[in-house]
Amino acid sequence: MRAMKTIYQFIIKELLQVKRDKKMRVVIFIAPILQLIFLGYAANMDVNVIHTTIYDQDKTSTSRVFSKRFEQSGYFKIDYYVNDYEEVTDLLNMGKTLVAIVIPKDFEKKINRRETIPLQTLFEGSDGNKASIALGYIQGITTAFSKSITMDIKDKLGMKIALSGSLIPEVRVWYNPEMKTRNFMVPGIFGLLLMISTISLMSMAVVKEREIGTLEQLIVTPIRNYQLILGKLIPFTLIGFAVLLIVMVVMTQWFGIVVRGSILFLLFASLLFVLSNLGIGLFISTVSKTQQQAMMASVFAVMMPMIYLSGFAFPIENMPRIVQYITYLIPLKYFIIILRGIVLKGIGFSSLWFETLMLFAMGVTLLILSSLRFSKKLE
Amino acid sequence: MFNRILAISKKEARQLRRDTRMLFIVFFFPVVLLAIFGYAINFDVHHIKIAVYDQDRSEYTRDFIGGLISSEYFDLVTYIDNDDQIKRLLDKKIVQVVVVFPKDMSRKLLSKQEVKVQFLIDGVDGTSANVISHYVNAATYSYSLQFTKEYLLAAGKKMYLPIDLQPRFWFNPDLQSIRFLIPGLMAMILIITAVISISLSIVREKERGTIEQLNVSPLSSIEFILGKTIPYIVISLINAAIVLLAGYVLFGIAIKGNLFLLLLGTFVFLFAALSLGVFISTIADSQQVAFQAAIVTSLLPSFILSGFIFPIESMPSAIQLLTNITPAKFYIVILRAILLRGVGISAFWDQLIFLGMFGFVFIMLAIIVDKKSKNK
Repeated sequence: MRAMKTIYQFIIKELLQVKRDKKMRVVIFIAPILQLIFLGYAANMDVNVIHTTIYDQDKTSTSRVFSKRFEQSGYFKIDYYVNDYEEVTDLLNMGKTLVAIVIPKDFEKKINRRETIPLQTLFEGSDGNKASIALGYIQGITTAFSKSITMDIKDKLGMKIALSGSLIPEVRVWYNPEMKTRNFMVPGIFGLLLMISTISLMSMAVVKEREIGTLEQLIVTPIRNYQLILGKLIPFTLIGFAVLLIVMVVMTQWFGIVVRGSILFLLFASLLFVLSNLGIGLFISTVSKTQQQAMMASVFAVMMPMIYLSGFAFPIENMPRIVQYITYLIPLKYFIIILRGIVLKGIGFSSLWFETLMLFAMGVTLLILSSLRFSKKLE
Repeated sequence: MFNRILAISKKEARQLRRDTRMLFIVFFFPVVLLAIFGYAINFDVHHIKIAVYDQDRSEYTRDFIGGLISSEYFDLVTYIDNDDQIKRLLDKKIVQVVVVFPKDMSRKLLSKQEVKVQFLIDGVDGTSANVISHYVNAATYSYSLQFTKEYLLAAGKKMYLPIDLQPRFWFNPDLQSIRFLIPGLMAMILIITAVISISLSIVREKERGTIEQLNVSPLSSIEFILGKTIPYIVISLINAAIVLLAGYVLFGIAIKGNLFLLLLGTFVFLFAALSLGVFISTIADSQQVAFQAAIVTSLLPSFILSGFIFPIESMPSAIQLLTNITPAKFYIVILRAILLRGVGISAFWDQLIFLGMFGFVFIMLAIIVDKKSKNK
């Protein structure tokens, strides 16, 4: 009973500390909300605006119709119409345009003579992803243009039926029919924010006591190690859970992302995730002497790898085998899979049992290992 | 004045030199991260897992699938024979795409009709889904073209193709995403090191009370800040050199442009990043708060708002304005211009001015806040 009371007092002390520190309260509770909102809008890989330059050497009505097609598609913003190659080169070098389309002389003539026109398109390729998406759009436009020309010819010849059979792709996207990246990214950012706040809170809190010397005072008191550890873990679990609830409300209310699956399961998985983060935080605090070290270690050794290798932005399937194995050690990976599964697909434990189990196992192992290490350090 | 600045710098440098763990983290981890991420991260979607529901079972469907899986883009996982399996495969993420060929595909093709081939794509990852749908569209059209060509050839006719698209990719002919991502990675590593280390080192003096000893000394706040900053500028420059070297050794990213311009750009960027750190240190009273503030202003913004991976033009205009809070945005433009395109200062002088202004504004703010808190 007395043991419980000691732990309880620890919890009160830790919560009071947060309550009294106004700046701390702001960074713990307000910062995640603002970040989720801003970053949620920003994290979008859709390519909507393609800065385009057109060098029309033909200047006939047909070539103008052709370049109009790009404008009408809605993706291309034609910033420059230029009159020589040098300007094209300059714009590409300066990075002012993503693609330059060169319409050759005799464009109209060749079409009338039914000859094939080589159409040169130059890309500023440093962003390979954007360039290949732009190429896809351009292919779509030229294919449609070619088709309308052959149709014209067919009409003139008075042909009714097609020359041959053809295949048409019919693409249907499941779970996220508008292919909104936001629905995919916002749950990811939710995971990132939760990870950052819980790991840094935990690792800093312990190192701080060591740095200012209060930890040694605690060691000479009759408090048991497990009481000390629980007294640190419980309040930060509570705070982490509060952050989680707040961020979840913002995600569903502000962004209107509907949770299709069970909210209870989501909360449970989040709790497991918070616990594994606290384990990591406690571990960092055992290997650092100063808060500066603790922070650098948590950013470079934990947060950055988690951000990059969790599948948040970069698909894990594309990574080399060895790196894919490393991702198995990353709790954020499992949490993001669970989160996206519940929120977007509405699937439950039966499909996500492996990830849940892994999260549970990692949480327990991390907590036990770092607690052991921590109490060893105390002695 | 210079003596005093030098004294502070010396003290800080000595403290840093003794903190071997810190130096280890600062110099060693960036290279490890660059190595892992450089290999790991890319947007190139390869080996897309597909399942095939072939209701036609003709030479055409076999040809079509053969064409798909002979490329490195698609891997055939399984054939299925009923509708229910589609949902199970997509739900469990066993495949990313299910291709459905309709029953009488070959009959329709030979009787000159249009046939729809259905592709069901797992859209949870909107970006990958987008790329995949481009691939399957392109694959279908090219197969269709091939079919038409052969069909007409058999009938003794020639096909007319009005436009032959000839794309050329400058600066990055193989469209590798790594070339594009390395500059962003560099900027991110540098800004985090700079902002966190300087802000914490100043706040630590506050927390321990040593700053009050400095306050009663004849040291002015500008001298104090400069003295604190100089060692971190040196560390960050060394860091930048290490990361660049690693980029060259590991990924063959040579510096195409002028080395002096690169140094200048890096220096101005570090000035901006460090003044952000100094500003944070003036408003925070504890290292915990300083760290959280540093994370909020440097870690995620340099990742998400800087144009590193998410195109800034596609963001809503209010957010586009907000992207200016991270110096990484400007530095990435400079780095890409110098490293990838090898162009001169005319391509990025405006970015240098922005960075200079950014640094100046924050250092002024820091001095104002600092003066105010001292007068209290």
